[in-house]
Amino acid sequence: MKRSMNYCFVVVVLLFAKPHFAQAQSLTPAQMTARAKARDVPEIPFDSTPNFLKLPPNLYLGEGIGVATNSKGHVFVYTRSQETRLFEFDRTGKYVREIGEGLYGFAFAHAVRVDPQDNIWAVDEGTNMVIKFNPQGRVVMLLGRRPESAEGVKATPPASAPEPPAQPYTFSRPTDVAWDADGNIFVSDGYGNSRVVKYDKNGRYITSAGSKGSQQGQLNLPHTIAADAKGNVYVGDRSNRRIQVFDNDLKFKAIYDQVGAPWAVCITPGPHQYLYSSNSNPDSNLADIAAVTGEIYKMELDGTILGKFGHAGKQLGEFSTVHEIDCRNENELLVSEITAWRVQKISLHPQSKGSSSK
Amino acid sequence: MTRYSRLFLAAAPLILTGSLWAQASIPEIPYDSAPNLLKLPEHIHMGEAVGVATNSKGHIFVYTRTGSTNATLGGSRIFTHGGARLLEFAPTGNFVREIGQGAYGLMFAHTVRVDPQDNIWIVDEGSNMIIKFNPEGRVVMTMGRKPESVPVPEPEARRGASGAGVAGDIFNRPTDVAWDAAGNIFVSDGYGNSRVAKFDKNGKFLKTWGSRGTAPGQFNTPHSIATDAQGNVYVGDRGNKRLQVFDNNGTFKTEFLNVGAPWAVCITPGPHQYLYSSNSNGTGNMENGEIYKMELDGRILGKFGTAGKLMKEFGSIHEIDCRNANEIYVGEITNWRVQRLSLHPNQAK
Repeated sequence: MKRSMNYCFVVVVLLFAKPHFAQAQSLTPAQMTARAKARDVPEIPFDSTPNFLKLPPNLYLGEGIGVATNSKGHVFVYTRSQETRLFEFDRTGKYVREIGEGLYGFAFAHAVRVDPQDNIWAVDEGTNMVIKFNPQGRVVMLLGRRPESAEGVKATPPASAPEPPAQPYTFSRPTDVAWDADGNIFVSDGYGNSRVVKYDKNGRYITSAGSKGSQQGQLNLPHTIAADAKGNVYVGDRSNRRIQVFDNDLKFKAIYDQVGAPWAVCITPGPHQYLYSSNSNPDSNLADIAAVTGEIYKMELDGTILGKFGHAGKQLGEFSTVHEIDCRNENELLVSEITAWRVQKISLHPQSKGSSSK
Repeated sequence: MTRYSRLFLAAAPLILTGSLWAQASIPEIPYDSAPNLLKLPEHIHMGEAVGVATNSKGHIFVYTRTGSTNATLGGSRIFTHGGARLLEFAPTGNFVREIGQGAYGLMFAHTVRVDPQDNIWIVDEGSNMIIKFNPEGRVVMTMGRKPESVPVPEPEARRGASGAGVAGDIFNRPTDVAWDAAGNIFVSDGYGNSRVAKFDKNGKFLKTWGSRGTAPGQFNTPHSIATDAQGNVYVGDRGNKRLQVFDNNGTFKTEFLNVGAPWAVCITPGPHQYLYSSNSNGTGNMENGEIYKMELDGRILGKFGTAGKLMKEFGSIHEIDCRNANEIYVGEITNWRVQRLSLHPNQAK
C-alpha cells in the first residue's frame, strides 16, 4: 500500500515538474515555433512493450515508416530497407510473412493502412502509387502510376520551380490514404502536389481540394489523413502545423492548430471516436528542437485536447520521429518511428491520469 | 425535330464514307471476363502487364514490368539491369515457369508475341532489344543491342532527328514485332525512332520505312504491329490516332481513322481474319478504353469495354492476344493484370 502511494507521488511530481522545467528554460525562436501551442495538457501514463516485433535472423527493419493492424490484430509494417518492404506480424509480434516481395510499386515507403475489410493499402512516395492488397496479400487495385524508367532520368528541378498542375489520377509523392464508411478513398498528395483527392470505392476520381499555401483550405505538405464515422476528413497539414478538417465533399470545416506539426494522425473506431496526432521531432535531429517536440496528443474529434504522452528520444518509451500511428485499439497504439528503425506498442493508462490529478 | 434533321444533314456526307457512318451505330459485343485467371506463386507478383500472348497449346505468356530497374555504379559509368520478367501459365492460368530469369535484355517490358512455331519473342523498350526464345525457353536469336551504360541524367528527349532510324537492327525504344507467312520479321520502332523495319527470318536487314510525322507512311509512336495472311502490315500509329496498312514491302495502302488511338492491334488466324484494335485510356485518365472488332478492310463490326479498374473494365490495355477470335487476352498497364475475355458476338446489339 505504502509503496504504491509513493509511486503515485513520484508520478505526480514528474507530471508537474516537466512543464515547469520546460517553461523555466528560455526558449529560442526556433523552439518557440516547433513547440505545440497547447499548454497545461495532462500527461497520459503509458508503457512500451519491450522487443515487440520478432524478426527472422536474416531480416531487418529499416526506417519504420508505416504501421497498421487488421481486425485480427496482425501488424503490418511498411519499411524503408535496402528495398522497400511490407512485413506482416501476428498480434504477439511474431513474424508471419512478407507481402509484395519485389513489387513494381515499391520504391520508397510512406504509409500503410488496413481498411475495414482487412485489405492492406500501401502508399509509396517513390513510385507515386497507392496499392491495395487483399487480405491474402495480392494486389487488387492500384491508384497512380510509377513513372516509366524508359523515359530516362529527369534532372531534379530547383526547389523554387512551381509544381505542374495536379492531374486526377497522377500523384506527386503521395503520403497517406483513408476511407469513409461508403468506401470512398481519400489520398493526401503530398510532397509534390498539395491536395487531397477523393475517389469512389472503384477508384474513379470524384473531386480534390487544396493548393499550396497557408490560407484556410490550402495545404503545405499534407502528410497524413484520417476519416471519422461521419465521413469528415482530417488532414495533417504538417508544414502549416495544423490539422484541417474537411467534410465528405472536401469542403473546409475547421482548423486545429494547438498540437504542433501533425506528422501522423489516427482516428479510433467505435461509438466514441478519438483523434491522435503526433507532433513528431523532425528527422533533422536538432537537439534543441527535439527537446520541445515528440509528444502525441489525444483529442476529441472537435479538437478538444484530452491529454498527451511521450517525448523525443531513442530509448524504449521515447519517440524518434513518429511517422504513423495505428489506433484500432484506443489504449493500445502502435507507432512507427523513422529514425529509430522500430515499431513500438504503446499501452496507455488514461484512467491513472484521472486518479493522479484528482 | 429540327435537331434531328440537322443531325441527318451532318450524317449524310458521312454515309458516303461508309466506315465513318458505322462509327455512329457500332454494335456492342457482350462479353465476360474470367475471374482470378492467373495464379501466381507466393513470391511472384505481376507488375504492369504490358505484354500477353498465347502459344498453340493455349499457354499464356506475360511480359511484365516488375521489380525495379537497378542502376549499378561502375568504375566510370552507370549500368542498368533488371525490372522485367517473362512468365508462362497453363491454359487454366496455373503458373508453369519463368523464362529468361536474369537474362541481359529484360529491362523494361513492352510486348510479347508467339510465332507460328511457338517461339516466344519479347520486345524490350529499355534494352532496345528483341529476343527470340525457342519453345523450351532458351534464347535462339537476338536483335538490337542493349546500350552498354546510361548517362545520368539522361537527356529527356532521346529521339532521333527524323525518326527514320538506321539501316539495321539498332532500335530506339522498339514497341512490337510481327511476322509474315514466310517468317519475315517486322518491328515497329518505336518511341525514339518512328519507323517500321523489315528483316528476313534469319534476322538479316531488308528495309526500313517511315519517319516522324503525320503524312501517310509517317508515324508518331508506331506502338503495335500485326500482319495478315497476305503479308500486309498493320501498324498502330498511336500518336496519330490511326491504323496504317502497308503491303509486304512497306508501300502505303490505306489508313483507318475511326477507331481512336490504336494502342494494341491483333489479327486473328484462320480463313476469315479479323482485326482487333484497342482505343486504350491513357495511363493518367479513365477516358475511352474500348476495343474494336473490324474486318481487315477497316469495317467496324462491333466494340466492347470501357476504362476502369473493375473486372471487365480496362486499365490502359497494352497488348491483345486473339489466337481465338472469341476468347481474347488483354494485358493492362495500370491494372497490373491479364484478363481473358469471352466474346459473344451473336448476341451483339
